[in-house]
Amino acid sequence: MTPPPVVEASDVTRSYTLGKGADAAVVHALRGVSFAVQPAEFVAIIGPSGSGKSTLLHLLGALDRPTTGRLRFFGRPVEEMDDAELARLRNTEIGFVFQQFQLLTRTSALANVALPLVYRGTPKAQRRERAAAALRSVGLGHRLDHRPAQLSGGEQQRVAVARALVSQPRLLLADEPTGNLDTVTGQEIMDLLRGLNREQGVAVVVITHDQEIAALAPRQIRIRDGVLEAAPVTSAGSVASEQPLAPVAAPPERGA
Amino acid sequence: MNLPEASRVAVTAIGANRLRSALTVLGVVIGVMSVVLLVAVGTGARNEVTAGVEDLGSNLLLVVPGSFDFGQAPTLSKFTIDDVEDIQRDLGDQVSVSGNLASGETVRAGSVSAFSSVLGATAEFDEVLNREVVRGEFLTESDVATGRRVAVLGSSAGAALFPDSDPIGKYVTIAGLRFRVLGVFDELGAALGVDRDSQVVVPITAAQRLFGTRRVDTIFVKAPDASQLDPITDRLRAVLSERLDDSEFSVLTQQEILGVAGQILDTLTLVLAAIAGISLLVGGIGVSNIMLVSVQERTREIGLRKALGARTRDITTQFLVEAIVLCGVGGVLGIALGVGLAEAASTFTPLPAAVTGWSVALAFGVSVGVGIAFGTFPARRAGRLDPVVALRYE
Repeated sequence: MTPPPVVEASDVTRSYTLGKGADAAVVHALRGVSFAVQPAEFVAIIGPSGSGKSTLLHLLGALDRPTTGRLRFFGRPVEEMDDAELARLRNTEIGFVFQQFQLLTRTSALANVALPLVYRGTPKAQRRERAAAALRSVGLGHRLDHRPAQLSGGEQQRVAVARALVSQPRLLLADEPTGNLDTVTGQEIMDLLRGLNREQGVAVVVITHDQEIAALAPRQIRIRDGVLEAAPVTSAGSVASEQPLAPVAAPPERGA
Repeated sequence: MNLPEASRVAVTAIGANRLRSALTVLGVVIGVMSVVLLVAVGTGARNEVTAGVEDLGSNLLLVVPGSFDFGQAPTLSKFTIDDVEDIQRDLGDQVSVSGNLASGETVRAGSVSAFSSVLGATAEFDEVLNREVVRGEFLTESDVATGRRVAVLGSSAGAALFPDSDPIGKYVTIAGLRFRVLGVFDELGAALGVDRDSQVVVPITAAQRLFGTRRVDTIFVKAPDASQLDPITDRLRAVLSERLDDSEFSVLTQQEILGVAGQILDTLTLVLAAIAGISLLVGGIGVSNIMLVSVQERTREIGLRKALGARTRDITTQFLVEAIVLCGVGGVLGIALGVGLAEAASTFTPLPAAVTGWSVALAFGVSVGVGIAFGTFPARRAGRLDPVVALRYE
């Protein structure tokens, strides 16, 4: 039996009401999106700003609920889960990497990475151990006690990646992870994510507006005006075209 | 997130903004300090009154003009020396009776002068009020009967008026009249806010002439023992009722004086505590205000924590614990300061202050309560933040 998709969206819409009373306006950020992320898959979602890609990321990250349509994590519909269960899902199964790194400035790299484990009640000694291991795995074993301000942008994003990995999630969501980094450092972060995807089998979804970054992903999904489009053939060549967009994509072939 | 974890996060957050935290805590510190200090002052006053009244002895009855009640205005006495004699005659030799009349006067000896309470008394005064004459002797029956101008000095009055010599046999001048010093009392200390050591006691008849009155202000009656207070009280009432209306005098036991004085002082303590409570309330509002700012400032942090798996409850706990820690620290500092100031007040000022365990416990409890009460609103607000909105907050 094949395992259920990590996350699966079926005709998902998301609208917001802006303003109040007579001035209220409804914004349709997503207008019916269907696709799935399979275990150990690496997907890039490309779209210009305002395309609805952030809204999609929030839904994929269980930070938000769809207005209509079905969203399932590991086969389980979100409408069956209460807020505490969604928090638990984010804590144990989903890792986030943000454009702005989102590190707590007052605490060390180690404490930042250990933060998700705090909400799981992991004992302190074990937290430190696992956080240190996660930092070593992103090449920052020598920076455990540094504060974010003492680290370069690339190092900060590595800390953020380590934090996303520390709880050994099955889904890693990266929102413009290279947006605040120079090209070389951005490339390094993408390599890191690719490596983690290959070695640890974690499904990775990268959201970006950058074609070159997206081209590094085996599967690409383009979003525009709240709907998915077929990905164009990019400079990286055939990779995208080999992965035609389907409402529910099959897991990529893997030489396992 | 468990409680130790939440406390650690709270301490980190408080430490990250030291000046602001300190200023926030200051409001609570002042509030708690006021509660501890003002209750200590109220309690100290009560203790002093109790000690002063108990000093008189439990077998003492006090006859005062008017009705003695909380909130009653003082009444001018209608007692005379005849009443004192009637009472003494009626109660017999087993019972000592002393009539008194007091007024503040300047007392001189040569070039030295001192402002004293000049107390007219009968010859039984020393026995009734347990006063001891350490040098010389006390007034005699004949001194009182003839209104002789003689005086017995309190210990500090003696020392002030005759710094270098023995006052016995010397003269003091009160309101232009010369009085010969018969003796000096033993040191007593203050009671009921009265410095008894600065008193100058003269025969009541001499005092009446001095002050131009035939009045006796108070009559003290000392029973052989406390068990006879009730029958003696009845006899006293009977004797005085022959000449006076029942509303013109009251016979009080030590317990009754304590009851009324205690009522007054409890009200005083309550008023002081209420004033202090208001400042604590203001401190709490300050905490609430700063917590709201703190929640606003850390909106992104809240969003991040939620993205990483924090539940609404975790975030609420974190901020509530922060408010409680702030207030708890304020409470401890306020108690330390309040106790310190109370100690200083009773050491360096005549204000008596006695710190009580219950006021310290109450002040700490209330400060933690203030943290909970004023931290709940900001904490709930933090917990309810939408992670999507919070993460994007600039």
